[in-house]
Amino acid sequence: MARDSDDAGAAKASKAKRQRKKKPKENKTRTVHANILYDNAKGEENPNRHYVNNKIKTTKYTLLSFLPKNLFEQFHRFANVYFVFIALLNFVPVVNAFQPELALAPVVFILSVTAIKDLWEDYRRHRSDKEINHMDCLVYSRLEKRYMEKYWKEVRVGDFIRLRCNEILPADVLLLSSSDPDRLCHIETATLDGETNLKQRQVVRSFYDLDCEFDPLKYNSIIECEKPNNDLNRFRGYIIHRSGRRDALSKDNLLLRGCTIRNTEEAVGIVIYAGHETKAMLNNNGPRYKRSKLERQMNVDVFWCVIILLVMCLFTAVGHGLWMFQYGDKRPVFDVLSPDGRDLSPIMSAIYLFLTMIIVFQVLIPISLFVSIEIVKICQVYFIHQDLDLYDEETDSHLQCRALNITEDLGQMQYIFSDKTGTLTENKMVFRRCTVAGVEYSHDANVILNVWSVKPGESPCTRKWIPRRRNASAPWSEKDVTPDPQLLDKVNECSSQMDFMRLHRQPMSQLTSDLADIIDFFIALTICNTVVVSSPNQPRHKVTAELSSSLNRSSNRGCSSLLSSPSADSTLTKLNEEQFSGSLEHTFSAVPPSYDGKTSSNLEEGELRYEAESPDEAALVYAARAYKCSLVERLPDQVTVELPHLGKLNFELLHTLGFDSTRKRMSVVVRHPLTDQITVYTKGADSVIMDLIKPPDTGKRKKKIVCRTQNYLNLYAADGLRTLCIARKVSDKEEYACWLQHHLQAETAIQGREELLFESALRLETNLHLLGATGIEDRLQDGVPETIASLRKAGLQIWVLTGDKQETAVNIAYACKLLDPEEEILTLNADSQEACALLLEEKTYPFSSSHISPFSVHRLGLVIDGRTLAYALDKSLEDKFLAVARSCRSVLCCRSTPLQKSMVVKLVRNKLKVMTLAIGDGANDVSMIQVADVGVGISGQEGMQAVMASDFALPRFRYLQKLLLVHGHWCYSRLANMILYFFYKNAMFVSLIFWYQFYCGFSGSAMVDQWYLIFFNLMFSAFPQLITGTLDKDVSAETLQRLPQLYMSGQNSEEYKPYMFWMNMIDAFYQSLACFFIPYFAYADSDVDLFTWGTPITTIALLTILVQLGIETKTWVRSLLSNTLVTTLFFTVALCYNASCPTCYSPSNPYWTMQKLLQDPLFYLLCTITPIAALLPRYFYRACQGTLFPNPVRVGRQLDKLPADTRRNILGLSRVTVGSPLRAEPPFLSLNKLSPESWNNKDQRSIAGSKTSQAKQAAASQTEEKGQISPPARMEKHFSDLFPLAPSELDALPYTKNDPPLPGTPQPPSAKDSECFRRTLQLSDQSVNVSTPLVSQTDSIQLNLAPDRASECVRFRRSSETGLRPDGTVQPACRTAQQEEQSLHTAL
Amino acid sequence: MMASSYNAKDEDGHHSGSVSHGGAGTAKSKKPDNTAFKQQRLPAWQPILTAGTVLPAFFVIGLIFIPIGIGLYVTSNNIKEFEIDYTGVNVDSPCYTCANNFSWNSTTSCSCTVNFTLEQPFENNVYMYYGLSNFYQNHRRYVKSRDDRQLNGDATALKDPSNDCEPYRKIGVETIAPCGAIANSLFNDSLELYYVEPSGALNAVPLAKKGIAWWTDRNVKFRNPAGVDLPTAFKGTAKPVNWRKPVYELDPSDPDNNGFINEDFIVWMRTAALPTFRKLYRIIHKNQSSTSTLPSGRYVLNITYNYPVLSFDGRKRMILSTISWMGGKNPFLGIAYITVGSICFFLGVVLLIIHHKYDTRSNSADIPN
Repeated sequence: MARDSDDAGAAKASKAKRQRKKKPKENKTRTVHANILYDNAKGEENPNRHYVNNKIKTTKYTLLSFLPKNLFEQFHRFANVYFVFIALLNFVPVVNAFQPELALAPVVFILSVTAIKDLWEDYRRHRSDKEINHMDCLVYSRLEKRYMEKYWKEVRVGDFIRLRCNEILPADVLLLSSSDPDRLCHIETATLDGETNLKQRQVVRSFYDLDCEFDPLKYNSIIECEKPNNDLNRFRGYIIHRSGRRDALSKDNLLLRGCTIRNTEEAVGIVIYAGHETKAMLNNNGPRYKRSKLERQMNVDVFWCVIILLVMCLFTAVGHGLWMFQYGDKRPVFDVLSPDGRDLSPIMSAIYLFLTMIIVFQVLIPISLFVSIEIVKICQVYFIHQDLDLYDEETDSHLQCRALNITEDLGQMQYIFSDKTGTLTENKMVFRRCTVAGVEYSHDANVILNVWSVKPGESPCTRKWIPRRRNASAPWSEKDVTPDPQLLDKVNECSSQMDFMRLHRQPMSQLTSDLADIIDFFIALTICNTVVVSSPNQPRHKVTAELSSSLNRSSNRGCSSLLSSPSADSTLTKLNEEQFSGSLEHTFSAVPPSYDGKTSSNLEEGELRYEAESPDEAALVYAARAYKCSLVERLPDQVTVELPHLGKLNFELLHTLGFDSTRKRMSVVVRHPLTDQITVYTKGADSVIMDLIKPPDTGKRKKKIVCRTQNYLNLYAADGLRTLCIARKVSDKEEYACWLQHHLQAETAIQGREELLFESALRLETNLHLLGATGIEDRLQDGVPETIASLRKAGLQIWVLTGDKQETAVNIAYACKLLDPEEEILTLNADSQEACALLLEEKTYPFSSSHISPFSVHRLGLVIDGRTLAYALDKSLEDKFLAVARSCRSVLCCRSTPLQKSMVVKLVRNKLKVMTLAIGDGANDVSMIQVADVGVGISGQEGMQAVMASDFALPRFRYLQKLLLVHGHWCYSRLANMILYFFYKNAMFVSLIFWYQFYCGFSGSAMVDQWYLIFFNLMFSAFPQLITGTLDKDVSAETLQRLPQLYMSGQNSEEYKPYMFWMNMIDAFYQSLACFFIPYFAYADSDVDLFTWGTPITTIALLTILVQLGIETKTWVRSLLSNTLVTTLFFTVALCYNASCPTCYSPSNPYWTMQKLLQDPLFYLLCTITPIAALLPRYFYRACQGTLFPNPVRVGRQLDKLPADTRRNILGLSRVTVGSPLRAEPPFLSLNKLSPESWNNKDQRSIAGSKTSQAKQAAASQTEEKGQISPPARMEKHFSDLFPLAPSELDALPYTKNDPPLPGTPQPPSAKDSECFRRTLQLSDQSVNVSTPLVSQTDSIQLNLAPDRASECVRFRRSSETGLRPDGTVQPACRTAQQEEQSLHTAL
Repeated sequence: MMASSYNAKDEDGHHSGSVSHGGAGTAKSKKPDNTAFKQQRLPAWQPILTAGTVLPAFFVIGLIFIPIGIGLYVTSNNIKEFEIDYTGVNVDSPCYTCANNFSWNSTTSCSCTVNFTLEQPFENNVYMYYGLSNFYQNHRRYVKSRDDRQLNGDATALKDPSNDCEPYRKIGVETIAPCGAIANSLFNDSLELYYVEPSGALNAVPLAKKGIAWWTDRNVKFRNPAGVDLPTAFKGTAKPVNWRKPVYELDPSDPDNNGFINEDFIVWMRTAALPTFRKLYRIIHKNQSSTSTLPSGRYVLNITYNYPVLSFDGRKRMILSTISWMGGKNPFLGIAYITVGSICFFLGVVLLIIHHKYDTRSNSADIPN
């Protein structure tokens, strides 16, 4: 297959391996020389010769190695070994039961099917390998002295490669030269991490000032770097020049394989890692394997099957021994001596027989089960892939199943652990508010639906609904920021003043600090980031190479020496010079706004596009642009900002200290063009920045600002906004020079560089001056509250684990209906282990005592922060924590680290023994996703890491609903039924032979022809089962989604419980008894011969098995079809087989048997009565079960049978009750009429606009109000209450906007912030409330389905009038019900 | 294993996607087709099993099965069957001496005579069976012990039969024909039936030897090896150990009934399913005259006792039976039909009660107001 190309590669690789073993010292680094220094890339003297070349080979096999290797892999599966063992046992003459060759057939079949599939896949891989290996790229040739086209596979480490725009990188390349005037190269990494924004890469610093074209011939440096690893975000090394100088290399210099060059006409680099050693290839893992819960359970039962098998064999063996023994020395004529003529002792023959019986009964261990399950799973995955509802039009992506063998686990989930940002929310940031110098600017115009706002200056508690801006036609995006007029004025004023001052050469310090802060605030927003500017005029996918502009510029600079001093050095020297000159004469930088011809001439500023690494950054830059403070250009050493009145200002960018999660902030160091001061702008999480603020020694004002800002920050967080603090620090030159020196040292260090850089950053970011804070909104994704509500109805516990701060998280939780205003919130915040223990103790106590009513317990929500979580996860407390958490309806963990997330998942999974699902979108969720039983990744904004680690990747959170409720349910019920059926089927078939042993002297004889016996599983009984396993559908998708309760059947493993296996076994034994003894008695003492008697039994057994499948299947058309098909197939095969050869197929030699049988009326009589007699109990049981103990799934099926509109009405209206008429206790699915309390709850929504904190007290008056609503309106409302999945109707309802505030309700004092927040927050959630049902005996309308009648009749009946009418408030509800009743009648 | 790389294309890290779209540019939408099959919306009939729905089925089954059962029972009862055990276990039985003195090694045969009376005349064709009990013809090693190719007249198999025949494959250098344990243990009692005329004279009942085996067996499966005559064809082979005479002399009266196509031999070679079995021995064809085939009266059965069964507690019987369209006398099937039919009917009634008592209430989706 791949022999021609692969052998060399393999040899090479093994050679490299050997080399590595020989020189363990070299393990730490890799040294790369340029190949052009050496004659031949493979020559002995070339130091690069040991490195893997760029040829990739992802195939597993070669033509020669395929068979042994594939077999070896297949024999890793125990079942295969077992079956091969049994087949081989047949070759031992003493014990053989079948023709040895025949016995091999199934195993060979199974093995070859798998092998062919593997072969095909490998061939596909080989083809794509070949395609990739033969792509072209330009490689510098030593002989030709120019770049030559070469195949990718010919590229070697140390080659120089020239890359053009839009080319794909063939290997990991160190960037040495770029046509870009700023020595940058932009790459798109979408194929690696899914991030679509462009990334900048820099030319290695030593080559930075090289202005003429890079000449590979002059290159003579040596690169030392790390060994190949799979960390995409890390690359360390240094380049050693001939002069002996070392320059550090970082990931900013490395272009990775698979990325695409964009916006750069040409780049040249040297290959560092090639082929399989590139980071992209090292990152590439195949699909993952997990064992599903169902499969684990199945394996237990397979084990039981083995036990049953052994017991049966043992029994037969003992029986045979005794049977032999009774004859003693008298050898009857039918007892044949062993082939060598010796007489066997009873004991010996019993032992031999034991082995024989294992062969005969092998069908009991279902060889085809494993294969069938895999086939079914592939089909299931295919169908999930094909689901239109899981397809996202916007991103043209659909669900991906990455783990292929846990589809059925989706139907058994009990706990969902979700990330917040990007999972529940869109992760599309919009700038919502800011506070500058202690003044809040609320940006009212930006308010998007569902968001509260506070008028500036007023108490945060006196909130009002403000008019919403809703531009329905234009898609909302982070770019449209409407500036706050107040702030805009201030900005304008400030910049005009500055302009004025600049013109009049006044020092900037005269500016009032307020205004200075404002302008600094916006400058910080603009430049303190890593946003790349691109414009539509320069499309990213542009192919044409316009070299002119960049060449102009480089020619200006002139061709300097190859190794000019790096820019950092020059900065340092410049600094020194300035210090000595000490002239502060140009307080105002005389630098006029430098117009870079290229950018300003052909770019309209409004059309600039910003590409940011995180959406927050982009949001901030767009926000700043709205205030006319726009980022125009970003170069590695300079940022150009355009300000109103002042025009374009060039900030010399001295340093960027990138964002990291430990520091939680980023800083830029710039030289301010107006003041010429070294200024540090820092942006980061408020908790961090607030600690770094210089203690306000001067006056109360600053203190006040800090205090007020903190207040606003809290407010923002409470609104669910993401907060960032902006700060500034003006550093004097000596201080900076000193810091710079340290920093440069840190940068060039190879060992412990990260730590050094971290320390260095800490040293700079101190004594900050607070400028302001921003609040960025992250909108909820579509359908999140509904999805959560319906998942919760499905009995799933949903925990949200987020890194966000508590207030933000709690708010989002309210918004997405995770927390309910009705609920009591337990907040766990502890500072120490002991405190945490105490808190938990305290919280545990009330539940253990009040555990009488399970429903009351569920009305609790738990909020815990990261620090407390750390204590709670301690061994000593985890049980208590779990006890508390379990009793809560929802759990919210804030400020949790990725590790904590995974620990929580692990804890719940291991301690509670439940099925867990983790869903997330970012790198911080990876560990959690990997720990959970099922990991789901959202392929969203934050790259592909989560997706890469996940088992399923979804485009949006809301698809989880269909994935779990519908596909999970289907996959589970299909597979569970299939597995059970397999066990039943095989047991039933095998026990036929077992019973026969009583009549053949336990000699291991089988009346079933060995061909039927061996191919029974493969041909006849497996096929219909596959059809059912793939296509059976117990309840329709619509009903499953409308009645999430049906999901619980999967959670409780109701389709496949351990006892069911035994029930099935008992049933199988009964059926086989029937199938054996009816023909037995029918043919007793007749002249029937062995196989003429065995064939009807086989036929009967097959029919019974097929009809059983029919009883167990839910959708009949296909099973009927496949059953008929199989029956026909069986008879055809039997007839052909029996007519094919008069002398073959010893010992049965079934010539003309079937033909003879088909002429015999007895055969038909038997085939009629036996299946009926065999299936009678099951059929009766199913019928009784259907009537007496209907399970929810059955009710769902009944609903499915109704006409579509009736069903919709019922689903919309009802909480369907399911219960056994024999059971006294309330049925488990009882979702009855809403209690008065929950009615109130609903009403909160309707008058939400006017809500005050006194929800409870006001309830009574509200219900009165409600009573006055006209009946139709009430009807409508009731419908919408019960239609939690159709929130859109809500907006259209008339009553949401009315209801003036209730007069006279006392306003809580604004000082009580937290209390106030809690209350207001509860009210801020305003879509439909899905309350937990309260159990109540109610009057109910029943829908009677009479399936035996032709017309579906829906009747309503009041079943009980047991008093549940405590007061008049319920009265309207009753009336509503009657209304409904009427309407339904009319509808029908 | 099977599923290992369903989406290998996405996984193998080639980024082939980007490779292709660089050139083509027409990114095809990944939107799945909206077909009933792919969206799993195929129409289907979904029966729901409840007492109400399955009720009719039970009654229908009951109503159909009971008459069939009665019919079968009556048919079976109309079949006349007579059976006589001639093993000779008891001292007073006529074959006692033969049974106790005879073994496979005896050279002379022993004969005995059994008298019996038929109470009723047997009409139509009467089938004469010999029955063996406790004879495990279905023993695994026994069943295997034959060579069908040899029996089909295959010359090579005649000289070199399959190993399955061991240890009855060869005697010295001569191969055994027919080889194997089944052939070796051929039932070789001969039975003769005489009608005792009211006058006391013995009138031999004509017993047809032919037509007792399956047509396909005699004409397709079993064939004599090619040769001028049978003795030459079987030259160089030995008779089975237990046999008295070689295979080509099995039926001295009819030369066409010798060798492997001897019908008694063919019938024997069809190994019985159960340890108690009967095999067709002779057919007594219907008289052309109007008298019954076997009139009622006294009969004498002359037995040449060659086959020892006492060593394994076996029994030998002679059975005379008429047959119907459904075979020999066996009331079981009729009873089974009646029983199953009644049970179905009964269950139907139970379901009816359940249906009336519970179905109306439970078979419903409750809608509370």
